[in-house]
Amino acid sequence: MDLQHSLALIVPEEILSVGGLVLLLAAAWLGDKASRGISVAAVVVIAAAAAFTVPVLCGGNMGADTQAFFGQLRVDAFAAYSKLLIYAAAAAALMIAPRFFDRWNAMRAEYPVLIVFAVLGMSIMVSASDLMALYIGLEMNSLAAYVLAAFLRTDSRSEEAGLKYFVLGALASGILLYGMSLTYGFAGTTSFEGIRAALSGGLSTGALFGLIFVLAGLAFKIAAVPFHMWTPDVYEGAPTPVTTFFATAPKVAAVSLLMRVSLDAFGGHADAWRQVVTFAALASIVVGALGAIGQDNIKRLLAYSSINNVGFILVGLAAATVEGASAMLVYLVIYVAMSIGSFVAVLMLRDAEGNQIESIADLAGLSRTNPAIAWCLLLLMLSLAGIPPLFGFWGKLVVFKAAVDAGMVLLATIAIAASVIGAFYYLKVGKVMFFDEPANKAQGRNDWAHWTLLIASTVFISPLGYLLTGWLGNLADAASAALFLTA
Amino acid sequence: MIGLEHYLVVGTVLFVLGVLGIFLNRKNVIVILMSIELILLAVNINLVAFSSALGDLTGQIFAMFVLTVAAGEAAIGLAILVIYFRGRGTIAVDSVDRLKG
Repeated sequence: MDLQHSLALIVPEEILSVGGLVLLLAAAWLGDKASRGISVAAVVVIAAAAAFTVPVLCGGNMGADTQAFFGQLRVDAFAAYSKLLIYAAAAAALMIAPRFFDRWNAMRAEYPVLIVFAVLGMSIMVSASDLMALYIGLEMNSLAAYVLAAFLRTDSRSEEAGLKYFVLGALASGILLYGMSLTYGFAGTTSFEGIRAALSGGLSTGALFGLIFVLAGLAFKIAAVPFHMWTPDVYEGAPTPVTTFFATAPKVAAVSLLMRVSLDAFGGHADAWRQVVTFAALASIVVGALGAIGQDNIKRLLAYSSINNVGFILVGLAAATVEGASAMLVYLVIYVAMSIGSFVAVLMLRDAEGNQIESIADLAGLSRTNPAIAWCLLLLMLSLAGIPPLFGFWGKLVVFKAAVDAGMVLLATIAIAASVIGAFYYLKVGKVMFFDEPANKAQGRNDWAHWTLLIASTVFISPLGYLLTGWLGNLADAASAALFLTA
Repeated sequence: MIGLEHYLVVGTVLFVLGVLGIFLNRKNVIVILMSIELILLAVNINLVAFSSALGDLTGQIFAMFVLTVAAGEAAIGLAILVIYFRGRGTIAVDSVDRLKG
């Protein structure tokens, strides 16, 4: 538990913080003309952090050896699993940005720096095992994210998205913090282990209120119903590479944090939060599916789709078992691949003047004007809907299996029925692209980074993805075993 | 004698005022920033009161962290608000309607 041991455990965070500061100085010194170089350097920094995280996951590290800074952080296989996913999503958000911002001459050197700091915050979030570390990590990520949402500062939609995200995000942090103060007061400690031990005798009313407030704050961060109102607006208004980032990395971090808090700190009282999580899961699935139907902007549609997917992830949490946690982790990987793929496909659609196409009506006849993108987008949409030969189906299957094994048959049944409603709007996009008269809107060349990411994520969600199920399942099992070690 | 309950009541009242301030205010975004500060201060009162009642310093250290983060949050909020004002020429809450929903 000495300082040296702690410092050795958080090497990825050290790389990210030092790298972020150096890049910030470089950005201030060299100005915006160096922004591409700084983006590449940021990807290298994140890759270096990932290289030091892989052994933790592959070694399945868990137990007392993984505790750093007197129990503030727990750098176990679970944290490593989430971190690797976050690093991959952040690297994708860095790679797709320059081409997008060049259109407005708005590629600034701060973008990669902000992403690196957000990633550092998320790294702390997923390894936090104390309310204080949790809060610092969460805010570090959020503060960078507010700025990113308003990054296109000459665009009125982007500034509005930034403002909305800031107000609702700050409110969510306040609610979460209030819950944490009550938890601290009634448990007498801020460490997850201590809270678990203190509450083992029973949940007092004060601690129950704390639990509810903490869950509400975290539900805001993962955009679960009834705290989802900001999602469509922010996803639509924020620049598309930033939306790609929001839909993937912070969501992984917040879901992992929610798992750690509910299964570790409040793990002894699963019956107290199971109903709340079950309600949020079903409401998210239904609202996500119904809300998407009337949308004509593809980014709004994908926002509702992400609300819908969070619902399925929460089905795994409602099970409150090791299998449930492992299923959630598998689902997260597939969800991140599907989100990156579909947002990159949206990013690649431009009209003759180079403006982004965001309206679904303008996608008409895309299969004839731009068949490669149309087929990729169709496969991604079908995978998001969970249609069998595609990999998205596997994620839903493992989550439902975990719920059924935990005796929550009714929850699984309703969720499956609602996912059929969801299939409607995904298929509608397919119909517009393949059967409507061409609008001849989409054209424009794209760079290799977009094509690489689009094709990689499409291959991952194609039936070829099933080759990975054994490997992915083993990693997720090791990660959730580490999470449940204290349970 | 003023005990823990009194502090908790003050904290709760401030927290509720802050949340209501965000939802009921229709005039000015600056008021929203003030409401957010109010929420964070309510939390600080809670933390310090619990810390003193439990005889445990953790709560006061936590309150220091919250204060620091609150300062950063206010700075970022005002910066976003300045950009917003530059684009629209107003910071009325009702003007935040370009994105429907």
